[in-house]
Amino acid sequence: MSDTYTPTGAAEQFIEHGEDIHDTKAPSGPIERRWEQRQFDAKLVNAANRRKIKIIVVGTGLAGASAAATLGEAGYHVTSFCYQDSPRRAHSIAAQGGINAAKNYRNDGDSVYRLFYDTVKGGDFRSRESNSYRLAQVSVNIIDQCVAQGVPFAREYGGLLDNRSFGGVQVSRTFYARGQTGQQLLIGAYQALERQVAAGTVEVHTRHEMLDLVMVDGKARGVIVRDMVTGEIESHTADAVVLASGGYGNVYFLSTNAMGCNVTATWRAHRRGAYFGNPCYTQIHPTCIPVSGDYQSKLTLMSESLRNDGRIWVPKKAGDDRHPRDIPEDERDYYLERIYPAFGNLVPRDIASRAAKYQCDDGKGVGPGGLGVYLDFADAIERMGRPAVEAKYGNLFDMYARITGEDPYTEPMRIYPAVHYVMGGLWVDYDLQSNLEGLFVTGEANFSDQGANRLGASALMQGLADGYFVLPTTIANYLAAGPFEPVAEDHPAVLEARQAVEERIQKLLAVDGNRTVDSYHKELGHIMWEYCGMERTEEGLTKAIGLIRELRDDFWKNVKVTGEAEELNQTLERAGRVVDFFELGELMCIDALNREESCGGHFRAESQTEDGEALRHDDRFAYVAAWEFGGEKPILHKEPLEYEYVEMKARSYK
Amino acid sequence: MAVSGLIMLGYLLVHMYGNLKFFQGQEYFDSYLEGLEDIFYPYLPHGGALWILRVVLLASLVAHVYCAITLWRRNKVAAGYTGGKRYHSKQNRTGIQRSYASFTMRWGGVILLLFIIGHLAQMLPNWLAPGGPSDSKYERVVNGFEIWWVVLLYTIGLVAVGFHLWHGFWSALTTLGQNRSSTRKDSVITIASWVLSVVIAGGFLIVPFAVFFFGAGS
Amino acid sequence: MKITVNVWRQKNADAKGEMVGYHLDDVSEDMSFLEMLDVLNEQLTLAGEEPVAFDHDCREGICGSCGVVINGIAHGPEVTTTCQLHMRSFKDGDVIDIEPWRAGAFPIVKDLVVDRGAFDRIIQSGGYISVNTGSAPEANNLPVPKEDADHAFAAATCIGCGACVAACPNGSAMLFTAAKVTHLGLLPQGQPERESRVASMVAQHDAEGFGSCTNIGECTAACPKGIPLDVISRLNRDLLGALAAGQA
Ligand SMILES: Cc1cc2nc3c(=O)[nH]c(=O)nc-3n(C[C@H](O)[C@H](O)[C@H](O)COP(=O)(O)OP(=O)(O)OC[C@H]3O[C@@H](n4cnc5c(N)ncnc54)[C@H](O)[C@@H]3O)c2cc1C
Ligand code: HEM
Ligand code: HEM
Ligand code: SF4
Ligand code: F3S
Ligand code: FES
Repeated sequence: MSDTYTPTGAAEQFIEHGEDIHDTKAPSGPIERRWEQRQFDAKLVNAANRRKIKIIVVGTGLAGASAAATLGEAGYHVTSFCYQDSPRRAHSIAAQGGINAAKNYRNDGDSVYRLFYDTVKGGDFRSRESNSYRLAQVSVNIIDQCVAQGVPFAREYGGLLDNRSFGGVQVSRTFYARGQTGQQLLIGAYQALERQVAAGTVEVHTRHEMLDLVMVDGKARGVIVRDMVTGEIESHTADAVVLASGGYGNVYFLSTNAMGCNVTATWRAHRRGAYFGNPCYTQIHPTCIPVSGDYQSKLTLMSESLRNDGRIWVPKKAGDDRHPRDIPEDERDYYLERIYPAFGNLVPRDIASRAAKYQCDDGKGVGPGGLGVYLDFADAIERMGRPAVEAKYGNLFDMYARITGEDPYTEPMRIYPAVHYVMGGLWVDYDLQSNLEGLFVTGEANFSDQGANRLGASALMQGLADGYFVLPTTIANYLAAGPFEPVAEDHPAVLEARQAVEERIQKLLAVDGNRTVDSYHKELGHIMWEYCGMERTEEGLTKAIGLIRELRDDFWKNVKVTGEAEELNQTLERAGRVVDFFELGELMCIDALNREESCGGHFRAESQTEDGEALRHDDRFAYVAAWEFGGEKPILHKEPLEYEYVEMKARSYK
Repeated sequence: MAVSGLIMLGYLLVHMYGNLKFFQGQEYFDSYLEGLEDIFYPYLPHGGALWILRVVLLASLVAHVYCAITLWRRNKVAAGYTGGKRYHSKQNRTGIQRSYASFTMRWGGVILLLFIIGHLAQMLPNWLAPGGPSDSKYERVVNGFEIWWVVLLYTIGLVAVGFHLWHGFWSALTTLGQNRSSTRKDSVITIASWVLSVVIAGGFLIVPFAVFFFGAGS
Repeated sequence: MKITVNVWRQKNADAKGEMVGYHLDDVSEDMSFLEMLDVLNEQLTLAGEEPVAFDHDCREGICGSCGVVINGIAHGPEVTTTCQLHMRSFKDGDVIDIEPWRAGAFPIVKDLVVDRGAFDRIIQSGGYISVNTGSAPEANNLPVPKEDADHAFAAATCIGCGACVAACPNGSAMLFTAAKVTHLGLLPQGQPERESRVASMVAQHDAEGFGSCTNIGECTAACPKGIPLDVISRLNRDLLGALAAGQA
């Protein structure tokens, strides 16, 4: 690895430094014994006491629903919240591909160790070994649990579970339910949750949005929520708070996330003191349907499996606007096959995404706005015959045709990368507890076990591992000291948080300017995508920080939020989320600016090898960046990462 | 609902078969009807079987109508009508794939009820006797069906029966768990009910049409 | 293209609603139906009017949040969710009527937003397999014939959108309920509770005020996930079984 780049410390002007984090509470000893050790060491809560203990769970996705159901089964009193009208609609429902587990049903050499190894390597050596190992261990139990709940995973003719290989790994360890794995897993968790509602242990509040965290004597003791139908601000208190509120990819406005995905729950906790880990790590997925116009609200993912048979190309000549079928073979550039002859169209997500961007930057992009590359099945159809292509990809082709109105059997598809997942989130220790006592964070909302990049089919695994198996053990350890002194509705901390929420809402309604909330969100998204997207530079990030600040000031002067606070007001909901996205976006840029290396989904143009590949700087950046809210300047705490079991290596796909 | 409907349907099949004996002449027809009174005689008293049948039929009818009315009310509320309309849009009023018959279950049922009352008044005690009373049921039938409006009313009644069964037979079997097709139109039962309704409506209509158009029996 | 939309506007659950017409001058045929509503809302906001409230989240046809009656048909002219419907299904100059799901058990919250909480309560009444976390046996100990697994999967793809209720002239949620009964009833894991499940789910369905199914079949024709009609017959079969076993 030739180090051609000297760091400039450009982020220093924006940040302050805090103390390093050394203890993440992971037990020491052999890695395969650590989780067992932790489970054994954890204090237990006696069954009679559990009924008296209240736990708040924000979010009903895989992470939240599984946690709430399991805690309910254990006998705790759980209050759960989601912003949709039913817990079953959480964004986890959209996951398509599958969920990994080290079952080794295929006898192809898979093992807990291999899944652990792949996860650490896939995360580009920016995740914790202990956590990744535990994830791999627990993965096995997840499949058992889900099957017992009635999740209809794909099966073979013999009636046993089927697996496929997914996301570029060499073993078949992905369990799936056609293209709707997330849906089926979530419905399993949702049903378990509803069972507990019927049993009276869990109360679900739908259409309730968490707007603040209540801290009492240094402990997380409650949340402030808004009833989205009546507009009423409510305070709920408990012995512990779990945030399972999902990812914040929507800071880019356009992403594959659901429209309501937000950072509000975690950002408000961050403002109350919780550290935000690695905010700049985002995953960009190469095969999404490109943007077709300004009105576009959402990007749709198409399964990566398309790259197995489709060939990706652009015209050799910039600005060539002939119909793709009129461009002769020798005037096409199959650029992935050319640059990466060994992997061709199957290079990992980040590499495929960046390569497409470069082609479009050179003016060779196709389709509206020149933001797209062709994914061509002509050869595949000739080779396999149309019926075989139909059988394999029919549903994806139909989806493409429905969205674009073009027929992918006769015309090549157009694809472009889109923001898909965030590896960053609230910092947590091995117990999934944030630096704030009593505040636990699970699923995509925490900074996760994924490091700087996530392998396919491992977010579902993480959400369910956290919710079904890890959190119920570790939170008990904390609650063993409870039940704590109840917090009264009129405790000053509750009143203060409530008032802050109410004031923020009034302030939004009072601006009464002349620009819509969505127009701000779109502009913020453009800035983030342009400067903190697939490729980041010092210059761009510095510029973006300035632009975001200007935009935020303008927002508070000119935004128009219609309607009133005491009613169903979707504009107000969105405005509140955009406010938090502004602050998050700024921190993401600062984090990206500070991380003067390329790793995983974070590519700094300044830090690349001679042939344009990502270049890590393990000597300086093998740490988790945990940011403390500091008002003017965020405070950086570094948690050094150590690798005892997997040797740090550069990734190479040439 | 399904059970009472099917019982009545069973009766109709037998009744239609009986009616076709009309073509074997007055004597045969009248004595056949007489004979009905003596089924299972001497185990049952004279007319006993018929009375049992009548009780069962009446009970079915009452149960059926009672259920129909309850269902009608309940489902109207369930469908969330506001001011007489469910959806304001005037487009696609007939839905996506509804059979015409399914729209006519309720009012069609009411027509049926009226028809049955009128029919009984004519056939059983000689009360209503369009075309002139007679002790021979054969003659009553002939007298009635020589008048155009009687035939018209019967035709309306029988078309109503056909429609009612077209949807009703499918529905009853489905309610009893017998449909195994994923869509309405693929189901064997749908075809069966169509055939059944044509056979029943057609079968009954042969008699009045034969009398009116071809002068049978006169 | 230019289009006119007539939208049901209702301020809240208690207010009286009405259809209100709006004109849109610049609709692209590549827009999704909801993006067309976004454009309308931008236009309304800038004109100082209240935007139209409607439910949506994933915009991929999987969460089941979206759903309006378009020209009298639940989810509109194509067999898909409202969010996956595109404006190319309409023509320049069209007048499009947009109304909320209408059903007694789905009270209107505002404009096009309705409360589908009744669905959750039907699931609460028995739409699950009772298994506590941690007590599950090894997954491959219980083989499931592929065909059963596939059928169960087909029924399990229901997204709980409520279009079946909106389309059913009786306001019945039988397709939704039957889809769950079928999903769980086809799997070996679901057998122990099969009878009690169907009995209590149907009881809850009725208690929520959904209408009774008279086998019209509009539900399955409107269902964006193509939940097959025979699930209803299967539910009835199971229900008869439960009755026979004295469970209902
Ligand atoms: C299109 C797509 C495909 C994917 N495919 C795969 C795949 O094949 N395999 C894989 O492993 N991963 C996949 N992922 C990633 C994976 O789906 C997610 O990372 C994961 O589901 C997140 O789960 P979660 O429980 O953490 O959060 P979510 O499912 O996002 O749930 C968040 C919950 O929090 C609630 N919430 C949020 N904010 C608030 C608030 N302020 N107040 C109250 N409640 C709130 C929401 O209502 C919701 O219930 C995919 C993601 C996308 C977008
Ligand atoms: C007397 C007046 C009658 C009325 C008011 C009536 C009304 C109805 C109604 C409202 C239904 C409900 C089905 C729906 O709405 O789709 C129904 C179903 C049915 N009716 Fe009738 N009906 C009458 C007579 C009859 C007769 C005489 C027969 C038989 C020959 C019959 C056979 C059926 C059958 C088989 C069904 C289907 C049952 C089910 O859905 O399970 N009905 N009827
Ligand atoms: C053209 C068609 C029809 C003809 C010619 C006809 C003829 C008759 C005759 C002659 C009787 C008297 C039988 C007796 O005395 O026992 C009778 C009885 C009866 N008919 Fe019909 N009928 C016709 C259609 C129908 C239809 C469509 C229905 C029902 C929907 C119906 C229902 C009955 C009933 C319930 C009785 C009374 C049976 C009893 O209690 O004895 N008929 N019909
Ligand atoms: S059955 Fe179909 S229409 Fe009904 S809720 Fe499920 S997906 Fe929607
Ligand atoms: S449309 Fe309604 S009547 Fe039954 S078959 Fe479907 S629920
Ligand atoms: S918005 Fe999720 S299904 Fe339409």
